[in-house]
Amino acid sequence: MALELTGSYELPVPREAVWEALNDPEMLKRCIPGCEELEKTSDNGFRASAVAKIGPVKARFKGSVELTDLDPPAGYRIAGQGDGGIAGFAKGGAVVKLEPSEAGTTLHYSVDAQIGGKLAQLGQRLVAGTAKKLADQFFEAFAKAVTEKAAA
Amino acid sequence: MTVTRIGEAVRRKEDHRFITGKGQYTDDIFRPRQTHAYFLRSPHAHARIRRLDTAEAAAMPGVVGILTGKDLAEDKIGDLICGWMIHDIHGQPMKMGSHPALAKEKVRYVGDHVAVVIAERLDQARDAAEAIEVDYEVLPAVADLATATDATAALVHDEIAGNLAFEWHLGHKAMTDHAFERAHHVTRLDIVNNRLVPNPMEPRAAIGEYDSGNDSFTLWTTSQNPHVARLVLSAFVGIAPEHKLRVIAPDVGGGFGSKIFIYAEETVCAWASKRVGRPVKWTSDRSEAFLSDAHGRDHITTAELALDERGKITALRVKTRANMGAYLSTFASSIPTYLYATLLSGQYDIPAIHAAVEAVYTTTAPVDAYRGAGRPEATFVVERLAEAAAREIGMDPADFRKKNFIRKFPHQTPVIMTYDIGNYRASLDKAMEIADVKGFNRRRRQSAREGKLRGLGYSCYIEACGIAPSQAVGSLGAGVGLWESAEVRVNPTGNVEVLTGSHSHGQGHETTFAQLVSDRLGIPIEQVTVVHGDTDKVQFGMGTYGSRSGAVGMSAIVKALDKVEAKAKKIASHLLEAAEADIEFKDGKFSVAGTDRSIDFASVALNAYVAHKFPTSEIEPGLKEGAFYDPVNFTFPAGTHICELEIDPATGRTTICNWTAVDDFGVVINPMIVEGQVHGGIAQGVGQALLEGAAYDRDGQLVTGSFMDYAMPRADDLPSFKMGFTETKCPSNPLGIKGCGEAGAIAAPAAVMNAITDALGTEAVPMPATPQTVWKIARTRAAPRAAE
Repeated sequence: MALELTGSYELPVPREAVWEALNDPEMLKRCIPGCEELEKTSDNGFRASAVAKIGPVKARFKGSVELTDLDPPAGYRIAGQGDGGIAGFAKGGAVVKLEPSEAGTTLHYSVDAQIGGKLAQLGQRLVAGTAKKLADQFFEAFAKAVTEKAAA
Repeated sequence: MTVTRIGEAVRRKEDHRFITGKGQYTDDIFRPRQTHAYFLRSPHAHARIRRLDTAEAAAMPGVVGILTGKDLAEDKIGDLICGWMIHDIHGQPMKMGSHPALAKEKVRYVGDHVAVVIAERLDQARDAAEAIEVDYEVLPAVADLATATDATAALVHDEIAGNLAFEWHLGHKAMTDHAFERAHHVTRLDIVNNRLVPNPMEPRAAIGEYDSGNDSFTLWTTSQNPHVARLVLSAFVGIAPEHKLRVIAPDVGGGFGSKIFIYAEETVCAWASKRVGRPVKWTSDRSEAFLSDAHGRDHITTAELALDERGKITALRVKTRANMGAYLSTFASSIPTYLYATLLSGQYDIPAIHAAVEAVYTTTAPVDAYRGAGRPEATFVVERLAEAAAREIGMDPADFRKKNFIRKFPHQTPVIMTYDIGNYRASLDKAMEIADVKGFNRRRRQSAREGKLRGLGYSCYIEACGIAPSQAVGSLGAGVGLWESAEVRVNPTGNVEVLTGSHSHGQGHETTFAQLVSDRLGIPIEQVTVVHGDTDKVQFGMGTYGSRSGAVGMSAIVKALDKVEAKAKKIASHLLEAAEADIEFKDGKFSVAGTDRSIDFASVALNAYVAHKFPTSEIEPGLKEGAFYDPVNFTFPAGTHICELEIDPATGRTTICNWTAVDDFGVVINPMIVEGQVHGGIAQGVGQALLEGAAYDRDGQLVTGSFMDYAMPRADDLPSFKMGFTETKCPSNPLGIKGCGEAGAIAAPAAVMNAITDALGTEAVPMPATPQTVWKIARTRAAPRAAE
């Protein structure tokens, strides 16, 4: 089942600070909802695991994440795939673009993902709704973390 | 205590058990030391299994065993089979892809079976399944039926070119083409018969138990035909010889065809019980049912009707592509062929018909019989064409039908069937009267004043039921005969047990079959028990599908009752000291003709067993008779359904205002049960037309995998039905009955869509006609037909 999600967030810090945070595994790990592991395996590759609950299905996704199309500090593409065991699988990516703005930086994201198995069976409305919620949680946490870091 | 007659609307005997929670379904059965099975299913539509590692999972708490396709091969367990051989246009046997109960190298649909985990508790089995590591090489899905045979499509079965199971034709091509060349008018429709998920109330379930003391198996399962399940599991899959395998189908909560088939899960439970040395239980959850129950319908069709200048049909030409899913399920190949194309003559006298059918593999769940099985698809083609043709040539749709109805019987159609009897005009006339078709234009104007679009649609359906003469189906490729067996056991105290090979899973056999015995033997219905669903009790039987339990199952009981009566008369003649030829049997009494000497049925039964008063050298003691009945023809129930509905163009909501069903089922045993069957069928047909539609996305993920995305009909989607019956007695069975179980589901979709297309003024309305679909079409059309 295809899943598409786009959005943008205003972050009150300069573009370079956002870029740095987007490349900091520790920072990402803290902000990704349910993230248990995010270990660097190569220059731009990570091993990841995260627990997600979507409707009645709770699953631990294990997989890999790779950063491509790096264009510091203007953005990158983050792509990955995760295996959620009996819950199914998810794979896909997000193009992240950073633009300087009056407040600091505007972050645009555009997610394109495929999910399969039990997760897909849950239906578009539930999955899309949950994905939007997870994205909001991530950016809320991320905004808070980069702001705090910049202030420190 | 009185006798219940055939034709009485007596209440269902089994309902006390069901409504007080005393039914015993498979999941209600608990065997000592039973374990629980959880099936690890493929999340991918199509993938090669590179590696399957169960080591970590096997060490998890409570795990009793984990089995895979490798273990299946080790025990030489055979593939699941398709029991109806179709020969293609070149005379070659259909191409059957290997269908193991647990995947070997490849998985072919989302939900395909990768491994089974057997544990003390279900949650432990599920947790362990989580720890199984599967490395999939994901292959391209083949999810779109229209493009599945393209050269660029991946192969579902590596050895089957073009994903084509078979191409098959029926009818006379040259004659048909010739008629089209000379046609005065041709009506053409592109039709998609939408894919459906069966969704019986009770999901599938099984318990397998191996008895090492006797080296024998018992399988409790949700089956419509336990003997057929045993035959397949013995002769083809190789679980155990028939005499070492008992299959019990206890109370079963609906099937609609989906419980005819021999599935992977039930097979694995039986087999695994020996592997792990303990009973193995599995109950499907609703999510699994969506993925793995055989789906229904799923045809893409182009259909053309040729007419002469007087509006008489001269030919019908049909091209259908049928989705088989990833594997050929138990009877899948017969559905879009002999159960479909043979009914394309409908109720009409059509001189030439040709049907071309392609059966195609896709990476989706297998598709097989679902209530009506091929016949709803045929009726939909014929009845949509009839309605559209009448509109195109400016003839009233009812008049068009009357002009083309078959009037003389028996009638040989150009597509195998010989219709034995019917009166199609009578059903249509009666339905039109009940539906007040005369007042429709007035009601339509009233709706138009309120901004609504009102439409009326006919469906003059026919079905072939009571399948079927064994020789006939054998010559068409069936792997089994389709007779039925019965045994009537009269106990010494005069009450009766009827053992039948038919299976009841909602049809009310415990009442109607008992009603037949009560009527015939003159004993109260309470003194009759119907036994079914156990291969150890009933000698053999072909089960319940194709509306055959009445026409075939009850006919077998009649034959056994004939024998009981004949023997009882012999005994009575000794008891009454009269010649056997002078003994009459009526209202439960044997009497000597022309005298007042008589003896009741119970006394004869007792005497049969005590055997004091007749020479046992001439007459064996006891009163128990069995019979096998093989029908001489299909039966042909037919009728007219009329749907009147109203569309709100502002919201796209369709409201069915009136539904009239006039059916000719021949002799009706219990009108209340028959009406109930028709009600349920209509609900399913309306579901198909307005609400239900199974959809896979391009990756082969089932995106309508729950009741959130797959809408079932509810009570408020339906009006109160107006019912009527006409009767032409079926000449080919002793009771004159035809069958009623599928009629509603066969008739309804065309009636709804004919009414919707009437209201909207366009033929191009797909099923399901959801509010969104209807709203979009209504927007682009300005007040169609409303002002007439």
